[in-house]
Amino acid sequence: MTAPTETTTRPRPSLAVWKFASCDGCQLTLLDCEDDLLALTETVDIAHFTEMSRSTTAGPYDVSLVEGSITTPADAERIVEIRARSVVVVTIGACATAGGIQGLRNFAASGAYASTVYAHPEYIDALDTSAPISAHIDVDYELHGCPIDQGQLLEVLTATLAGRTPVIPGHPVCHECKSRGTVCLVVAESRACLGPVTRAGCGALCPAVGRGCFGCFGPADTTNTGSLASHLVDAGTAPVDVSRLFATFNASAPAFAKEAAAQGGPVSVSRTGPDGHEGGR
Amino acid sequence: MTHGSGVRRTIGVEGISRVEGEGSLRVEVRDGTVTDVALDIFEPPRYFEALLVGRHFTEAPDITARICGICPVAYQMSACAAMEDACGVAVDRRVQSLRRLLYCGEWIQSHALHIYLLHAPDFLGCADAVELAERDRGAVERGLDIKRTGNLVMSTVGGRAVHPVNVKVGGFYRAPDRDAVAALREPLARARDDALATVTWVSGFDFPDVVGDYRFVALRDPGRYPIEVGRPASSEGLDLSPAEFADLAVEEHVEHSTALHARLAGRDPYLTGPLARFALNAGVLPPVAFEAAAAAGLGQGCSNPFQSILVRSVELVFACDEALALVEAYEPPDPPATEVMPRPGVGTGVTEAPRGLLLHQYEIDADGTIVKARIMPPTSQNQLTIEADLRRVVERGLDLDDADLQWRCEQTVRNHDPCISCAAHFLDVSVVTT
Repeated sequence: MTAPTETTTRPRPSLAVWKFASCDGCQLTLLDCEDDLLALTETVDIAHFTEMSRSTTAGPYDVSLVEGSITTPADAERIVEIRARSVVVVTIGACATAGGIQGLRNFAASGAYASTVYAHPEYIDALDTSAPISAHIDVDYELHGCPIDQGQLLEVLTATLAGRTPVIPGHPVCHECKSRGTVCLVVAESRACLGPVTRAGCGALCPAVGRGCFGCFGPADTTNTGSLASHLVDAGTAPVDVSRLFATFNASAPAFAKEAAAQGGPVSVSRTGPDGHEGGR
Repeated sequence: MTHGSGVRRTIGVEGISRVEGEGSLRVEVRDGTVTDVALDIFEPPRYFEALLVGRHFTEAPDITARICGICPVAYQMSACAAMEDACGVAVDRRVQSLRRLLYCGEWIQSHALHIYLLHAPDFLGCADAVELAERDRGAVERGLDIKRTGNLVMSTVGGRAVHPVNVKVGGFYRAPDRDAVAALREPLARARDDALATVTWVSGFDFPDVVGDYRFVALRDPGRYPIEVGRPASSEGLDLSPAEFADLAVEEHVEHSTALHARLAGRDPYLTGPLARFALNAGVLPPVAFEAAAAAGLGQGCSNPFQSILVRSVELVFACDEALALVEAYEPPDPPATEVMPRPGVGTGVTEAPRGLLLHQYEIDADGTIVKARIMPPTSQNQLTIEADLRRVVERGLDLDDADLQWRCEQTVRNHDPCISCAAHFLDVSVVTT
């Protein structure tokens, strides 16, 4: 921990936290660093973090953490301004890195979602798509997860401030099941599990409670989704349920989007929503 | 009145801080009279009701948890309750107790977050908890300790503090083992002591003298303070089934403020959350929480919105005490979940999120596919009341200078711990021209 007196002679690096379309859960992961939070605030200058403080500075910022996806014309402009005022931009979570659960609109007919929720969709000024931050600006580092892992967040912050590359695995969740000794649900119980194609980082939480991985960390660096999907179908999972697994919190991540479509999509084709609108695709 | 005729003031806050989600507020004052108040939401809509259509009923708890990272358990519990209602299933008593324990964990972490990091700095003139820690590090560390215990309960029972993975329709994927639950006893006992210290600390704050004229709506659960189950009730004597409440609560979509504003049909706005729960249920608080409330000067009810932080502190004592009792009595449910077979129909679920009543209603078909979804979060129910509070607070605070009045307005919004991320799946920008 750095004593406050030392920091007056050496300016602390500044940290900004920004929110776009999201649930706040990844920002909360920062506030959930209970043991390290006060130490962190003594090491870096929290220059902008609306959820935490009413004081703010105009930048420039050494590091900007960005949560959420781009879903409105105004947000598409705001992220460009944030990029211009930030030395390093790190996107955090499934919304910022892959469009999030709200990215399911990307597969729906234009305007269908707004008219399902709103009596007057003409009042709504939103884009038809939910896009990751990297679709709009250059991003220096992407941290995955729905939500992100607290240890990985601290590693990315520490590494970025130290000027080194973060050590974050790109291998699949299977490694984590093996290292914690969890029996494989796919092999032993023929259960549907996305562990073989999903990025590690959570600690294989779901298989540890006897539940198949539902892919909330998104695709691993290298995946063979087709092979996994056909194995799951052969083992008794209906294609629509395999598709639903791929089409949730990282539905627009290319590897998952492709496989969800290959399995016929997460919603039965005949299905229509209220008022006759197409449902989830 | 310190301002003469023709004087016009605009109090505007772009980006209300220390709330969950992003919103702004604008208050117009002309000739000493408040002419316009708007709590605007510029959080983009995420269309959850639309994207749920066509999904399997078992997916609703995990999908709707993503509406809010601060209160995911509330979403999971209301979704499970609604689906079990639709399918005509009553879960095992031990499952119900484990859900209540998980939910206590969320109350503890959310209330500690709001009291210490989001709301207390207002009463002590600090921009944030960092500045507060410079003055009173012990207090902030106490708050973070309580919060850590809440997260520990959530990760022990739910598998993860943000977006727990162990919840399913019918119960849990796996019941936590006895040792893991027993290990919660010591931190919870410490958190209960810290929560009692919180009540004492907060009761020394200086509260602006404002009294709201509220219609309270909260759950009632015979003999117990309501969390994961109950019947919606109001301070005017309404006592409804969840489905009757869903029929009576009407949301309006109006131009310029595309927020859906909830009213009980044909009546004025209402308020949910700690003040409402306390007003309707103080008598069934356990002795330790009831006595803490009495010692802090709270009677059977409280209508000063600035004292919501005090009521929230009392609820923190309650949640720690209740969690301790549930830990002591823990019996792992076996099996951990009741099997739920879909059938066509409509189901309604209501539970008490930390910031107020959360309603889910779904129509599903014979194979369990969601045909229609309706979600009414606490913040959309409270929004009209928050605006009424702002009007009241500004009218009484016209002698404050602009900076102080602006801060007082922000504090007024934070009184109700609004979760704009929750509300925002309905909402879009609302622009008030001046």
